[in-house]
Order: sequence, then structure tokens, then C-alpha cells
Amino acid sequence: MLQDKDRIFTNLYGQHDWKLAGAKRRGVWMGAGDMLAMGRDTLLQKIKDSELRGRGGAGFPAGMKWSFMPKNDPRPSYLVVNADESEPGTCKDREIMRYDPHRLLEGCVVAGFAMGARAAYIYVRGEFWQEGNHLEEAVQEAYDAGLIGDNACGSGYAFDIYIHRGAGAYICGEETALLESLEGKKGMPRLKPPFPAQVGIYGCPTTVNNVETIAVAPEILRRGVDWWTGFGRPKNTGTKIFCLSGHVNKPCNVEESMSIPLKDLVEKHAGGVRGGWDNLQAVIPGGSSVPLIPKSVADHQLMDFDALKDSKTGLGTAAVIVIDKSADIIDSICRIALFYKHESCGQCTPCREGTGWMWRVMTRMVQGKAEIDEIDKLWDVTKEVEGHTICALGDAAAWPIQGLIRHFRPELEERIVEYKRKHAKRATSVATAAE
Amino acid sequence: MPTLEIDGKEVTVPQGVNVLQACEIAGHEIPRFCYHERLSIAGNCRMCLVEMERSPKPIASCHMPAQDGMKVWTDTEMVRKARRGVMEFLLINHPLDCPICDQGGECDLQDQAMAYGFDRSRYEENKRAVPEKEMGPLIKTIMTRCIHCTRCIRFAAEVAGVEEIGAVGRGEHMEITTLEQAIDSELSGNLVDICPVGALTSRPYAFSARPWELRKTPSVDVMDAVGSNIRVDTRGRDVMRVLPRLHEDVNEEWIDDKTRHACDGLRRQRLDRPFVRNKKGRLEEATWDEAFTAIAKRLKGKTGEQVGAIAGDQCDAESMLALRDFMGTLGSPNLDCRQDGAKIGQGARAGYLFNTTIAGIEEADACLLVGTNPRREAAMLNARLRKRFLKGGFKVGVVGEQMDLTYQTEYLGAGPETLQQVADGKHPFAETLKNAEKPMIVLGQGALAREDGAAVLALGRQIAESFGMVQEAWNGFNVLHTAAARVAGLDLGLLPGTGGRDVEGILQGAETGEIDTVYLLAADEFDTSRLDNAFVVYQGHHGDAGAHAADVILPGAAYTEKNGTYVNTEGRVQLGRLAGFPPGEARDDWSILRALSAYTGQALPYDNLGQVRQKLIETADTFARIDQLAPAEWEAFGTRGKLGGEPFRSPVANFYMTDPISRNSETMARCTEAFILPKREATGTHG
Repeated sequence: MLQDKDRIFTNLYGQHDWKLAGAKRRGVWMGAGDMLAMGRDTLLQKIKDSELRGRGGAGFPAGMKWSFMPKNDPRPSYLVVNADESEPGTCKDREIMRYDPHRLLEGCVVAGFAMGARAAYIYVRGEFWQEGNHLEEAVQEAYDAGLIGDNACGSGYAFDIYIHRGAGAYICGEETALLESLEGKKGMPRLKPPFPAQVGIYGCPTTVNNVETIAVAPEILRRGVDWWTGFGRPKNTGTKIFCLSGHVNKPCNVEESMSIPLKDLVEKHAGGVRGGWDNLQAVIPGGSSVPLIPKSVADHQLMDFDALKDSKTGLGTAAVIVIDKSADIIDSICRIALFYKHESCGQCTPCREGTGWMWRVMTRMVQGKAEIDEIDKLWDVTKEVEGHTICALGDAAAWPIQGLIRHFRPELEERIVEYKRKHAKRATSVATAAE
Repeated sequence: MPTLEIDGKEVTVPQGVNVLQACEIAGHEIPRFCYHERLSIAGNCRMCLVEMERSPKPIASCHMPAQDGMKVWTDTEMVRKARRGVMEFLLINHPLDCPICDQGGECDLQDQAMAYGFDRSRYEENKRAVPEKEMGPLIKTIMTRCIHCTRCIRFAAEVAGVEEIGAVGRGEHMEITTLEQAIDSELSGNLVDICPVGALTSRPYAFSARPWELRKTPSVDVMDAVGSNIRVDTRGRDVMRVLPRLHEDVNEEWIDDKTRHACDGLRRQRLDRPFVRNKKGRLEEATWDEAFTAIAKRLKGKTGEQVGAIAGDQCDAESMLALRDFMGTLGSPNLDCRQDGAKIGQGARAGYLFNTTIAGIEEADACLLVGTNPRREAAMLNARLRKRFLKGGFKVGVVGEQMDLTYQTEYLGAGPETLQQVADGKHPFAETLKNAEKPMIVLGQGALAREDGAAVLALGRQIAESFGMVQEAWNGFNVLHTAAARVAGLDLGLLPGTGGRDVEGILQGAETGEIDTVYLLAADEFDTSRLDNAFVVYQGHHGDAGAHAADVILPGAAYTEKNGTYVNTEGRVQLGRLAGFPPGEARDDWSILRALSAYTGQALPYDNLGQVRQKLIETADTFARIDQLAPAEWEAFGTRGKLGGEPFRSPVANFYMTDPISRNSETMARCTEAFILPKREATGTHG
């Protein structure tokens, strides 16, 4: 279990002052100028050495991403912080912005410097009203204190931060759709290549990172790469905020070491599964878009990128949704399918048409009003969506259903047989009555 | 020049092409819906997926640049599965109403469903229905059929320059829509062509024919002087529709709405037999013999000075040649092809051509438009100007009317005094022209068809020369015509002979009685009441203004009904072809003049089209070079003179009605009602 001294987000629960004075007491902005004095290359190398992986879901190595930014480009470069946290089950970035906004701003300066950015745009989800307000206030404080601006942290480096509020579309959390939305257009993902590092916001080199990725970066530099890599397994280093929700006794956000066993995580921090571990039916380990795992897998599951990938699921945003045996697992996945149908942007064919189809079949599966071979058809449809779309929303819509079919096919079949039995009986009784 | 491997075969492709184009070069057709060569890349239909080395997922070939060493497979199991999947998704919410769909038979979705579709549907849920959208008198929408390829949005925004189509809603509720009003663009008909399915279809053509019933004839358009290449689709003798034909140097693959939709005017008000005015003053049906005899009788004993002839704006070169030769046999110098009275044609050929050429616009870096509204006068040429503008570094100055040309222009002033300022280097825009490497000037008929037209022409020439517009391999001096027949007429010398009268002179002569007989070859665009005192012979295809003034009517053929030669504003010689025979007793125009000449005493020396064309070439050797442009020599033209003070006005007030065919078109009337009349009311002078 992670010790308190190793926690980065020491105000995750909001007991302390979130403003500049309080943040400084917790060590935020401490030695930020010295970090910048290390120089761009050293900074970048340290982040690479730390093996920090993106916290937004895909787990792409952050150092590598930053290094894609062109040097000596005549265009200005930008850092865009993705604070459009909308993944169901996830509420980590929100807490960071609400209670520790300065940690994010410090991260913006450090990361922005490491990639040679002129400014950072923080794209805040529209519903995060108070979080946006806190950020705006924090940005003002930072300007007043000379931490950002023409001479950020006294380093001579000019760096501005702008807060932009979104309007609440899930798809705007996709990095290129976010850029479109930031430019004032309809939030629809762009085609890649070119990647944002070459052509991003307003046609300039851009890096888009998750709030948590940016917020932890200064702490890695402050405490050292070795401290960071001391947590978790190789390639899955550091600490991570897990969001525990669903059928647990005490839902919570908690910062824990990477690669912690799932069972430990749930039992130590969330007060265990409702009705005990044996009452567990399934776990969605990384937000609604990753496939679920049944109890048999969850028993020995480590919570990191690679271990979960081996279990045919993913760490995603580390939003652990616990489902106990009282829940209708088919209905749960059907609700997720409805979410993706609602949030599909409509740009490319497989996702636009496929999400609606999958949801409609799922609604029948919930009742059992289907044929057994339709399960295979549904599987086929998910495979036709997956990997054929512009962005990852198509995959995200397909995976939960694939997880359901992979692990709960007997339940689906049973539901169908049950429905047929019930309705056959009624049909017979009607027939008998008629006679 | 990247070299890549496609299906195991190495192929070298030009720099800058994408994988889809590379596959085409290698001989593999890639199915696509959203991709279009002339529009930006959307990559949203996902039909063009191919497998690429080191990519775990299939890639959309339309947006992936072809790079050296790439390995691509176009027909693997992964690719087939992906395309079948996409096709299935496209079809689940498609109504499959092909039997009642106008796109049937020429539908991309239909064709590709044959290759990648299933023979039955696995979709058992309810299908989506989408309300129709208002897109005006030309476009009919059945939005349930839409596959959201967004080609129409991109066409409207990029080529047409009107951002009036967009997508609202998200996911499966996404709908292509307008702002509940007609699309106010003269290029809107092209939306029907680029729509890969039957969502946008032609409203005037709705339910009237199937593509396999139509005979397709390649031809050229005569609605303006651009000479757009068209395909005329006929069933029997009726022209059912007109579609664009690819010509990179003229119209690319677009045509404007008048070119496309005025064809229903070919069925109304047609002159299908000769008429002769009887003693009571009424036009009476007659035989060809009676009509010719009546003319011959009238001409008998008249001197050449008493006869005049005017050629119209849509005449083919053959008939104009015959008219010129016919007037020659009568010994008349009173001949003119410039109905609008433009002061051009005397002097070098370069003085009345669009020397830069339409494709050449793309090389220009500054442009001065004088007395022209290209959007109304030559919509395809305007589209080319816009295309050039979008590439950047192209400043356009306007002298004349204030107007929206779909791209940014700098308004310099209204009349000749502004032009004089530019010529003297006193206007700031002169600096732009001076700094440009390939500047161009476009003189419209609004600047030339006026009292001081010759002086404006000379001033235009002065500007061209003093700002370096005429260089070794660049000629930036341009005259933009509005009449399809004009350049051919000038090439053939249909101009007043020594001591001869021009159009104004002929009309004045007719009023005073000095001119006894006037021969109108499809000429309608002037005040025909001035001909009341004269004996008027009208040869043409529509009962328009000229026919009403006539004493003898000789029914001719419209442009789709004859093999004719046309020369566009660039000086490009193109052939129009017979798509359907003229109605009733109407005949080919040159042959009418040939037959008439036998009655008046001296038969013209040609008996078939081949001989006429031989004579054409003998008269002007440019006619020998079909579809080839030869730079015109920069020699003397234009006469200095006093400039007037009147502002320049475009000769085309209503884009949709400029000639007898479009004036008789019901579709063009609807367009006028939808697009032109509301704007007139909005000027404040109404009521």
C-alpha cells in the first residue's frame, strides 16, 4: 500500500486550501524555476527515463510523445491539456482541478517547457463549472505571482495558460476532436496522419495530454526518476489515481501504486465488494470503454497497463466499476451501449451505424427476445466496428459488448431460452383456451 | 517519386498522391464514397480501407500519403471483411428503394453493393427515416438515402463558395441540412452529380427517365462563352438532361445550373415550320418553298446597302459562315455579330480573346476585373478564379459593380475614371499589379459594349502593357465574352464591311427606311421593335423577340440538334454534336442559308458539312485546330479615345435567363423566382 509520504495528490479529498498559498505549503511550485533551468533536453530525458505513460486511457509513453514535437519550427507550439473528463466511472481529473489546480498549472509550465510550447490550453469539460472557476482563479494567481507569463518562474521563458470550457460532448475528449472543438468547430475527430505533433491546433505543432499526466510530471522531476520507477512494474511505473465505484461499500478516489492487485485495491480502499468478495460478478477495470472481467479473472488481476492487456481488457482511465451479483450484467452493458450510441459523433460509417445497431440488439438481449445465433451476429458486428473507425470511439463501443459475450455467453443464452420458454407456454395456453 | 509495393507489385507514383490514387495507378480500383479528387479529404465512409504493412488496423487509403517503401494489399481477407462490414452498415439504414430512386442505374452504392454487399440483410431493427430538406427548385432531397459522405458539404464550401450546407446532430441522428432555404449558388446542380447515392437528385429530372434508356452525346454548351463540355442525354428526340463532361482546361468536371437545367426550354416555344406574314399582317404557316420565294421576291432588285444581317449569340460557326457568304452574294457590307454593340473585333485576335486561358488563371497572382461579374457571366470561369484564390496569394481588384464573387475582392471603383487612375499608377491597386509576377486583367462586355468601349479596350491594353501583363510565355490581357458565338463570329469576320453598318447602324437604317430587309440569324438580344419598318427574316429555333418581329420565319436547330463548331472565349475551337433531330420541319442552320441562296440567284459553294468545315478552315485556320489553343499574336488593336463617365454594368442581370432557351425554360423561371426576384425586392426600390 502506498504510504502517505509518497502521495503526489495530497489534497485529493479537498481538506486543505486549494489556492496558491495552500498549494505552496504542499510543495507545489517548489523549485519549478530550477527544473526549467535543467534545460529542455534533460527534462525530456528524465520523463522518458521515468517511463511515465499517459493517464488518459491509451497509456502512450509521455516522454516519447513530447519528443515528437518539432524543434526549430517557425510555427509556435502548443500544449493542450485534455480536461474533458467524460469517461463513465472516471472522476480523477475533476478532483485534481477542484482541489489541486496549481499542480496542473505547474505541470503545464514544466511540460510546456520540455516540448518548447508557447502556451497551454486547458480544455475543461463544460459540466465542470466549479473546476473551471478554480482553474481560472488559479491561473490568475499564478500570473500575479509571476509563475506564468512573460517570465515564467523567473526563467525568462514566456508561457501563457488559457482555460477553455467545452460543451459536454464525450467525443471532445478524443484529442483531435478536442482540437477541432477548441478551434470552434464541430467536435469531430481528425484523420491521422498528420498527427497533432506536426499539425495540431491552428495548424501548429501540438501535444495533447491528460490532466493527470501533466500534473504528475513536476513531482517526478522533483523527487527523482528512481523514486517514481520504484512503484509498479517496469513499463508500468509510478502512482495512479484509481476511481472506485459501483457495488463497493465505500466508493472513492485513491492514489495508489501501479500494478496493485485489484482485490487489494477494492478491499483496502473501497471497503470491499458489497456482500463480500464472493458476491462479485464482474469488474470493469478502466472506465466504461474497456471490456469487463469476471470474478475468476479479477481474483488475481494486477492493475496496470500490460497486465490488464493480457487479460484482454485495459487500464483505461483506471476507473474501476465493480458489479456484484445483484446486477443484471446484460442490462449494464446495454446501458453502456446506449451511451456510446448517444455519443458517437456520426462522422464515420461503422461507428455511426454500428453503435445504434449494437444497442438495439442489446436491448433485445436484455429481454431475451432474440435468437441464439444473434449472439454470434452481435459479436460479428462489434468486430466490424472495431478498428475500422477514424477514432477510438468505435473500439470503445465494441469492447464492452465483446467482454460480455466473451465472459457471459451462458447468461445471454439462458435469457433467450427463458424468454422462449415463457412465451411458448403462453402461446400454448392461448391455443388450449381457444380449443 | 515514391516507389511502393501494391499487392506484391512495385509501382512508382508521382509525389503527393495518396495510397488510393497509387492503387489506381497500379490498376486496382478502390471502392469509395466520400473521397473525391477535387474536394478535401474527409475519410469518413471507410470504404477505401486497405491493409498496410506494420499497421494492425486497415487504413483509409484516401488520406494516407503514398510513401517510399510502403507495402499495401488491396484484396486480402482483412480488407474484404472490413469493406463488407462498412457496406453492411451503410445499407442497414438505407431504404433500399432503388426501384423508385432516380439514382438507380448510376448509383455508387448500388454498384459497390454488387461487389461487397450481402444478398440479404441481417438487420432486424427499425430503419431510420430522415425528414426531407429544402434545397430549392433544382435539388430534390430524399435524406433517408443519405450515407453521410459529406461530399455535398465540402463541395458547397470549397468549390461553390457558399457555406449553406452542413451537418447537424450527432451519431445516427446526424443529418445533412441547409438553413431551410434554397442553396443560392449557380453551381448547385453539381451537388446532384457528386452525391454518390440518391439523397440529392435533380428535381426537374425527377422520375422522367432511367439512365439506360438515354442516348449519351458528347457536346459543348452555348449558354455562356466558356464552352463547358457537356454530355447531352436524349430519349428519342427529347433532351432529358445535360451533364458535365470532363475537360480539365475548361470546366473540370462541373457545369453551372443554366447549362444543366435550361434544357427543358428546348421543348417550349419552338419554331417547327416556316411562317410567312400574310397581307393581314398575321404570320401564317408556309412551306419552305413559299418562305424562300417570299424572301427572294423581296430581295429582288435591292442593292446590298439596303440589306443588313445580324448574327445571334448562340450560333454555330458553320451558320455564321453561311450568313457571311450569303450576304457576300447580295453584295451587302451591313453585317454584324455583336448584338450588344461591343467595340471589339477590329485589330488583332488577341484583342478579343481570353488570352490567359481558363486553366492559366491558376498561375496568375493578381487580377483586375473590369466591368464584369464573372459569377453571372461565366460561372465556371468564376469557379476557377475562386480555386486560384483559395491557393492564396491572389489579389482581385474590381472596377464596376459591387458584387459577391464567392471570394475576397478589393473594390476599386465604378467606372472608367478608376481604370484611368490604375493605368496612371495613381491607384493603390496599381502597386499590387506592379509587384505581381503574372498579373491579369479581364475586360467584360459591361466595359466594352458602350459608347467608349473602344477607348476602354485601348486603356485595357495600355494597362496590360505597362504592368507587364504581356510577357514571353504569359498573356494577362483578357476579354470575357458572354456569347458562345462571339469569338467564332469575330474569327470569321462577321463585322461591317467597308462602309457597312454595325448593329446600331442597321437598326437606325431600318427606322429611317434606308435598310429594307434585315436578316436575323437567331438574334434576339436587342430592341426588335426598331425593325418595324423593315422586312425581317428571322432564322432561329425559338419564338422569342426576333421571331415576333419577323415577316418570314425560318425554323433552325438549337445547339443540341446540329453538328456545330463553337469557339469559346479563350479561342478554343470545340465541336457540338447532334443529340436529337430538330422538331418538325426545322433544319440545320447552314443548310437553310445554303438553300435560300439558290433562290436568290447565287448558290453557296458547299453542299455538305464537310465542305462547310473546309471553307471554315480556309477562312480562318484556327478552325483546323480542334480543342487546341494557339497563343494569339500581340498586335495592334483598340483606338484611344475619350472615356465616358458612366459606371460599368454587367450585361447579365439575371443569371438564369440570358438567351431564348433559358427564357423558355420552366426550371430557369423557377430559379429566377427563387433566387433573383427576392433580391430585387430587397433593394428597396420595390413597391
